[in-house]
Amino acid sequence: MSRNIVIIGNGISGVTCARSLRKLDSACKITLISAETKYFYSRTALMYVYMGHMPFENTQPYENWFWEKNRIELVHRFVQKIDTSKKQLHFSDGTALFYDSLVLACGSKSNKFGWPGQDLKGVQGLFNYQDLLAMEENTKGISSAVVVGGGLIGVEMAEMLHSRGIHVSFLVREKDFWGAVLPKEESKMIERHIREYGIDLQMETELKEIKGSEKVNAITTSKEQEIPCSFVGLTVGVSPNIEFLKSSAIPLDRGILINEYFETNVSDVYAIGDCAQFKQALPGRRNLEQVWYTGKEHGETVAHTILGNKKAYAPGNWFNSAKFFDIEYQTYGMVNASLKENEATFYWEHQDGKKSFRIVFDKTTQAVLGFNAFGIRMRHEVCDKWITNKTAVKDVMNKLAAANFDPEFYKYHEKEINNAFQNQLS
Amino acid sequence: MSNDLSISNPHPKIDVFEKLGLALASVGIIILLATWFGYTFENNALFLTVSISSIVLGTVVFSARKYLTQLEGIKNNGVYHSSLSSRGVVGWIIGIVLTSFYIFLYWFPEFLGLGENGNTNRGLIALFDPLSMWFKNQAASQWFVYGTIYTVCIVALGIKFMLKYRHNRYQLIRTTVVIIAQFFLAYFIPEILEGLNQEQAYFTKDLKNFWPLNYYFFDEWHLNNMQQSGSMGMFYLVWGIAGFLIITPVITYYVGKRWYCSWVCGCGGLAETAGDSFRQLSSKKLSAWKLERWMIHSVMVFVFLMTAGVLYGYFAGVSEIFGLSIYDYLRQPYGFLIGSAFSGVIGVGFYPVLGNRVWCRFGCPMAGYMGLFQRFKSRFRITTNGGQCISCGNCSTYCEQGIDVRAYAQKGENIVRASCVGCGVCSAVCPRGVLKLENGSEEGRISSGPIDIKNKTLNL
Ligand SMILES: Cc1cc2nc3c(=O)[nH]c(=O)nc-3n(C[C@H](O)[C@H](O)[C@H](O)COP(=O)(O)OP(=O)(O)OC[C@H]3O[C@@H](n4cnc5c(N)ncnc54)[C@H](O)[C@@H]3O)c2cc1C
Ligand code: SF4
Ligand code: SF4
Repeated sequence: MSRNIVIIGNGISGVTCARSLRKLDSACKITLISAETKYFYSRTALMYVYMGHMPFENTQPYENWFWEKNRIELVHRFVQKIDTSKKQLHFSDGTALFYDSLVLACGSKSNKFGWPGQDLKGVQGLFNYQDLLAMEENTKGISSAVVVGGGLIGVEMAEMLHSRGIHVSFLVREKDFWGAVLPKEESKMIERHIREYGIDLQMETELKEIKGSEKVNAITTSKEQEIPCSFVGLTVGVSPNIEFLKSSAIPLDRGILINEYFETNVSDVYAIGDCAQFKQALPGRRNLEQVWYTGKEHGETVAHTILGNKKAYAPGNWFNSAKFFDIEYQTYGMVNASLKENEATFYWEHQDGKKSFRIVFDKTTQAVLGFNAFGIRMRHEVCDKWITNKTAVKDVMNKLAAANFDPEFYKYHEKEINNAFQNQLS
Repeated sequence: MSNDLSISNPHPKIDVFEKLGLALASVGIIILLATWFGYTFENNALFLTVSISSIVLGTVVFSARKYLTQLEGIKNNGVYHSSLSSRGVVGWIIGIVLTSFYIFLYWFPEFLGLGENGNTNRGLIALFDPLSMWFKNQAASQWFVYGTIYTVCIVALGIKFMLKYRHNRYQLIRTTVVIIAQFFLAYFIPEILEGLNQEQAYFTKDLKNFWPLNYYFFDEWHLNNMQQSGSMGMFYLVWGIAGFLIITPVITYYVGKRWYCSWVCGCGGLAETAGDSFRQLSSKKLSAWKLERWMIHSVMVFVFLMTAGVLYGYFAGVSEIFGLSIYDYLRQPYGFLIGSAFSGVIGVGFYPVLGNRVWCRFGCPMAGYMGLFQRFKSRFRITTNGGQCISCGNCSTYCEQGIDVRAYAQKGENIVRASCVGCGVCSAVCPRGVLKLENGSEEGRISSGPIDIKNKTLNL
């Protein structure tokens, strides 16, 4: 009989795994479970639905017939418990399901740090479809809101609220915006841009208390300021969504512990995506990888292992991207918030203060290590090749235009950037 | 017209200057509507001037105020909250008004005020008499009225589009060309030429309207007119044939069909400017793509057959093939079904319901013809930037041609599609810098995705 593979979670990692399995093996039985929505949608597009850029259907990358055509069975139910000894799942409605192989792709949930008042109406995070519906409901007719936490989801929430004409106070604990990831100059640029939008951005400020009787009506900050508001967005990071696994035999830490084959300690149980935690992080990477691209890579890789062709995870060079209101951001390779001992950097900023370029390289070997680009699009393939080939920074700077990916007719800045670089050297 | 002004950012609410702009544009539209419903002004020159200038000025005031008070960037907030741009009641009403305008225009011009059998014009058509007199010393025809309104729409809403996309140089340059091409090549110069060559018979006016888009090019009367009109007519004849056989394939090879569809074509020009508020309404379903391929190629075959029949009749000096009248069975049905009903009534009338490129996507034989080159022999493609796609769907949503751009981008594949008109909006709205329209070497144009960039595991 063909193998019965069950995947919990229909996010990008679970779906990529299911698609890869089907591509590699036309016989296996694939079941994809989610309590959130029956059909896969892109979490990354939640903001665009709220802002009215697209209807919710458009966040679904595949039409509804796709799943049946590819014989991927969809189950819209919540898994309450897993019994790994019997290889059985128990759903909250009392039904059960057997598996031969189980993939945990159960993603993340929004963090809450036990603030007083955090469960009042009008206080919420933004991670799933239900949060989107809640936000629509909670922001109806309101005029002011507070967003707590200066990460990528925080910026998105600020932009969403702003698009509806709601005044936003944005509390960020760190001294520099997204300071754990961005070097100082980039942080400052983003801070300026956020303020340009009329957002009341308060750095080095934490949430102390959320006030209200049933519904939120104000918050107080660590600086003892009281801000009246009708909505509080909590975007202080996410953590693996593993509550329902606590009673199982699967070893957990912050996430579900796995090796480089995505195997847990329990046989035939794998974990991928946001919920997975590598026992040993790969060199230069974190042990929790909570982004879209890595979810895809995990799903694609684990499918091979499940079907008996064991493949260890060996991702390519790091890359990522985001958008801060109107400023697009792309990064390739490793650019750390502050330089490591062997590293040197060159930074250029356009006079309009909305475009910048950074290159990080090895002080001794001169090999390029990474790029940050704001307001300029860069070609993935070219940057990746330079990093892999350890191309010398000078050569890269001379050929920088080859990596430009801006639309046709855009003004090129590479010459100016390279001139500034040469000047700095001499 | 101001009907097409999209409410793309409901916050902050429409302010007093925007309202002023809208009011001004409405004055111009009310004049047009009043004459359409039969009112004839005493002083048409005055009211026409007021109407056109207030439409243009009002639109510019409205959109300048709206967009210049916001920071540069993508302006799609509230597109799906607005009744106009999300197939709401307002959208439907405008669709019905536009559709009925086309029905009158094609089949009942007397209801627009056309004076037939030597009678003088009334109402809407009479309103345009002074301008027509100025150009060519003739009373206006319904086609002159249509051409003028069409050009006004492209100019006014083209400026609006440029203000909306002022951060994007591709859009600025492209739209400047669209406006200039429409205003001069399709309107001003041909009308002037017509005035100068009164004694010459009529032939294709729009210099850039090649067969098969201009389906009457090889009609007997048209061929005769061109041949009998001296060197000017011969120039048009040679230019028209070369346009189809040489110019179109060669340029399409180098830059894709966009050079025509989203840069100079009049139908495309209206879609890109007046139709911009409706681009998101095109269906992205696979079933729509199937229908599209079936339809556009059928129309193309139809136009080939029709033209072959007409040419056969012309050279053989007969009016029938296999005992069937060429006119009744080929030329007339094509003109009615495709030339009028499809490209006009459905093509533009249904903007607010089916999106702004229904004709270009499902019908236009010129687009179908260029699409074959674009798909199989061209340097144009939309490059996908490695693994950066987050499957958000902005690109697919705003593709007016209903291409599911995301389906390619999320696999890391380049987009090479016969129907892409190269408007560049997918690239503009992508929040992750994933898409770039470019012309490059044919090798590797249709890539299967840089899986190797993302995931070295699978490269082993
Ligand atoms: C608003 C927002 C914007 C983002 N933007 C970006 C971005 O621009 N770039 C980027 O790289 N990343 C972005 N991310 C992060 C990215 O979306 C995640 O890394 C990715 O979605 C994780 O995918 P996943 O498949 O691992 O898990 P998820 O997408 O979280 O999917 C897990 C699914 O499993 C279901 N599930 C969990 N437990 C159970 C159970 N017991 N029973 C049934 N179902 C269960 C959940 O309901 C959920 O549907 C963003 C995230 C958010 C919230
Ligand atoms: S694919 Fe992009 S460039 Fe082509 S028609 Fe669609 S939106 Fe325009
Ligand atoms: S808009 Fe960009 S990121 Fe979004 S689906 Fe399209 S290509 Fe991908």
